[in-house]
Amino acid sequence: MNFLLLSLIKAAVIAFVLLTTLAYLQWIERKVIGHIQLRVGPYRVGPHGLLQPLADVVKLITKEGVLPSHVNKFFYLLAPFIAVVLALISIAVIPFGPQITIGPVTTWMQLTDLNIGILFVLAVSSVGVYGVALGGWASNNKYSLLGGLRSSAQMISYELPLALAIAAPLLLANTLSFREMVDYQSGYWLGFIPRWNVFPEIVGFCIFVIAGFAETNRVPFDLPEAENELVAGFHTEYSSMSFAAFFMAEYANMVTVTAVATLLFLGGWQPPFPEPYSNFIPIIIFVLGGLIAVFHGLHPARRMDKFTLPATGLVFLGIAALFGISFLVPVLKTILMALFWFCGKIGLLLFLFIWVRGTLPRFRYDQLMRFAWIVLFPLAMVNLLATGLVVALTSK
Amino acid sequence: MTALIFLIFAGIAVFCGISLVAQTHPIASALSLIGVMGSLALLYLQLGGEFIAAAQMIVYAGAIMVLFVFVIMLLNAGAEATSRQIPLLNRYLGMLLLAAFLGLISFIIQAMLPKTEGVVFGAFMGGTAAAIGRKLFTVYLLPFEVTSVLILIAILGAIVLARREV
Repeated sequence: MNFLLLSLIKAAVIAFVLLTTLAYLQWIERKVIGHIQLRVGPYRVGPHGLLQPLADVVKLITKEGVLPSHVNKFFYLLAPFIAVVLALISIAVIPFGPQITIGPVTTWMQLTDLNIGILFVLAVSSVGVYGVALGGWASNNKYSLLGGLRSSAQMISYELPLALAIAAPLLLANTLSFREMVDYQSGYWLGFIPRWNVFPEIVGFCIFVIAGFAETNRVPFDLPEAENELVAGFHTEYSSMSFAAFFMAEYANMVTVTAVATLLFLGGWQPPFPEPYSNFIPIIIFVLGGLIAVFHGLHPARRMDKFTLPATGLVFLGIAALFGISFLVPVLKTILMALFWFCGKIGLLLFLFIWVRGTLPRFRYDQLMRFAWIVLFPLAMVNLLATGLVVALTSK
Repeated sequence: MTALIFLIFAGIAVFCGISLVAQTHPIASALSLIGVMGSLALLYLQLGGEFIAAAQMIVYAGAIMVLFVFVIMLLNAGAEATSRQIPLLNRYLGMLLLAAFLGLISFIIQAMLPKTEGVVFGAFMGGTAAAIGRKLFTVYLLPFEVTSVLILIAILGAIVLARREV
């Protein structure tokens, strides 16, 4: 098929899925945090608040975009644009699965493969700080300025351990392309331990995840928007869609960081068990989930969920049936299995992000800086040197 | 297609370069410089220097310019005050003379340089990280090490200057 047409289709699919995910990620976050705090979270709009993201989008679009009179107009309007564009662009180099062949078309489940893909993500994320810094500065408000300054200092500091943590698996796999990185992690030690980088590089993985929290300005490193000190930090003066842009950028950055962590350390779309067994895992999970949902939905004590839970259960069983059908269609099986494991790993990491937000308090600013420069940076450096030594000793 | 992309980003680079000098506000100038670097990175990418393009974005646009912007924001530097009015006649005459001067210089450069073949986009294959690494540690080992020592000295100097008096 025409390269341009194929790319357009893939870009449209990825953009649609990504934007929907971003909207629902916020719903998931509110639900999970709600349950951590013994609340129910959004519940009014649609069953279990499922239409809440839609309502939020409509609200944000129809709100009046206030342009304060004291701001630097050009940069004030430019900042959210920079933030959201740079946050969304990284997804272009993230592969979701292996090469597939549908009829006459053979393509990768990826928008484009740069042979400097990992550097591309680093470059984009290092430029992403301008959105926050400019937004804080152009707002002409002391809280916003403090938020912007904190954010740029924090992102410069944590970029170093992040890059050093990434460099260690690069040394192991000897490549800068995400695809080859995932290929390197295929196979099993002793027949059952997956050859993921997370096992030899457990220190690097921890450093990467911690620095990832700081890079995405999430709790416990959300100093740029610390509510009880800075009102709302760099986006105090923003409203309507420009506020939504900052919000979307934060969630998109979260997805990027977790996707990169999955690809570099957790084996991308490689299953954690050897091939014949791993194919049954999704079916078992979805069948069990569906049965539990149906059982609870038909329980007389749960009158409010009389329809929603059985419906959810049926959807789960349907997905399980889809996985079952895929045993007869090889292409479908490749796609579904890759997506299941890749999204599963990303989902677990995203859950970790939300879980930490519901659990840990915020750092103080000097603690944040000291932690980056005195703990994380030397640790990442030692990790990189040790990896380099091992690679040098084992290679011929 | 390649020529079109080249013209677009070369144009952006030149525009941002002019804007860098013409802007009165330091933040605007810094952002123009980032624009220049970004479009240069894209031109490198087009010429096959992928690693250089990524390094340009990470090091210059992502690290050095962030520090610039950070310092400008921290000092809260305002717009530069233009002190004296340049007479209109001088301004237009200056523009004409500048154009003539630039034309003269470009003519001389073109006359002095040896005849070169036109650039072919996609012909250069030595821009990968592996190729650059190999070159750095074989052919250009001495300059590379000397630069590292220079940077190390700069770091030590920064530490000495920033150290608290005990």
